[in-house]
Amino acid sequence: MATVQQEVVLAILAKEPAQGSQLRARLDRALGVLGEAINDGQIYVTLSRLEKAGLVTRGVPGSNDRKVYQPTPAGHVRIAEWLAEVRWPRPDLAEFHLKLIAAARAGLADPLDIVDAQRRELLRRLRDAQRLAMAEPDGSEAGLLLEGIVLRLQADLRWLAACERSWTVRRKS
Amino acid sequence: MMNDSTDVLLHARSLRKQYGRGEGVVRAVDGVDVEVRRGETVAVMGPSGCGKSTLLHLLGGLDRPDAGEIWLADRRLDTLSERALAHVRRHDVGFVFQAFHLMEELTAQENVEFPALLAGRTPRQARRRAQQLLEQVGLAERAAHLPTALSGGQRQRVAVARALANEPQVLLADEPTGNLDSAATLDVLRLMESLNAAGLTLVIATHDERIAATADRLISMRDGAFVDQTRLTGGTRGTLADLAGLGG
Repeated sequence: MATVQQEVVLAILAKEPAQGSQLRARLDRALGVLGEAINDGQIYVTLSRLEKAGLVTRGVPGSNDRKVYQPTPAGHVRIAEWLAEVRWPRPDLAEFHLKLIAAARAGLADPLDIVDAQRRELLRRLRDAQRLAMAEPDGSEAGLLLEGIVLRLQADLRWLAACERSWTVRRKS
Repeated sequence: MMNDSTDVLLHARSLRKQYGRGEGVVRAVDGVDVEVRRGETVAVMGPSGCGKSTLLHLLGGLDRPDAGEIWLADRRLDTLSERALAHVRRHDVGFVFQAFHLMEELTAQENVEFPALLAGRTPRQARRRAQQLLEQVGLAERAAHLPTALSGGQRQRVAVARALANEPQVLLADEPTGNLDSAATLDVLRLMESLNAAGLTLVIATHDERIAATADRLISMRDGAFVDQTRLTGGTRGTLADLAGLGG
């Protein structure tokens, strides 16, 4: 079963408190059909883990609605850390995608800065992998593995370029 | 030594260039500061229309800025006369374009000789230099071919050899692999790596990740301005093992 990261759920709550069902709707909008792989139970499990860890609280002051979740101060700190993290090689496209959406929605960070940070890391790795690949003699077995690494990095960098184009347009509009 | 300001070969300050006027004005380069050190390879990346080609044209004296200064070694380029600027373009700057711009009626060898002859070398000197350069780009045996008889990757390698004919201080390449398939891109990539290793100063405007990854430093541009600058050098070998699935 697909899992959704705790930090993703936390960051989606950053803009405004939400009930589990509203959270679900926001995830579905961001993930489209891919969101179908995440079931409702999983979202509630994640919320209760976040609550136990002191990262979200239930209910809002001045209301007796206990179904609404919002991040605690510690939760906001964790969101900021997560936005600044560059994760790789974990090829978690959905996490990165949701990070850009959460950052933009709540106005916590510029999605383009997050794209830039990720690109820096990937290009450094591409530079090293490419140099090692080119240093291998033609037909080398190790060279073939390195070429695989180069192509994976290249694919990720192309997707980042697509993210950059899309968020540049969205930011302007 | 690396931080020594005398090591800076090319630098520009508060560079601006705009096209059009009124509502339709495009700020192609909008207040850019850049320093390129001798022997350094710098890649400028960004979406199309971000101003990277315009920047390259300004740095190489192909176009003049609306404001700002450009210095190549200890010469200020933006205030030079047309004539003096043409001299700089011929002797101090090498240019490589996306569309190669080779002369179709001349052989590879003659294309490479041409700028050396224009710069006043003897035919004999020009020929020797061209032979040596074609050898360096791996095309010695294609010297007598016309561009139409060469593949895209080979044409671009001839264009690189031509750009080096007068031993320029800096080579500027504008989307050098923009017209090439992936195999030909690899040829040009190897050539760029070898020029970098040989200590040439290179500035490459590109949207090709693999070409950008040959650089020592990356500049990201959006809307005519630099939004990010970073060194690409610095060991990531440990993480490459993770990428290959060998991580813990």
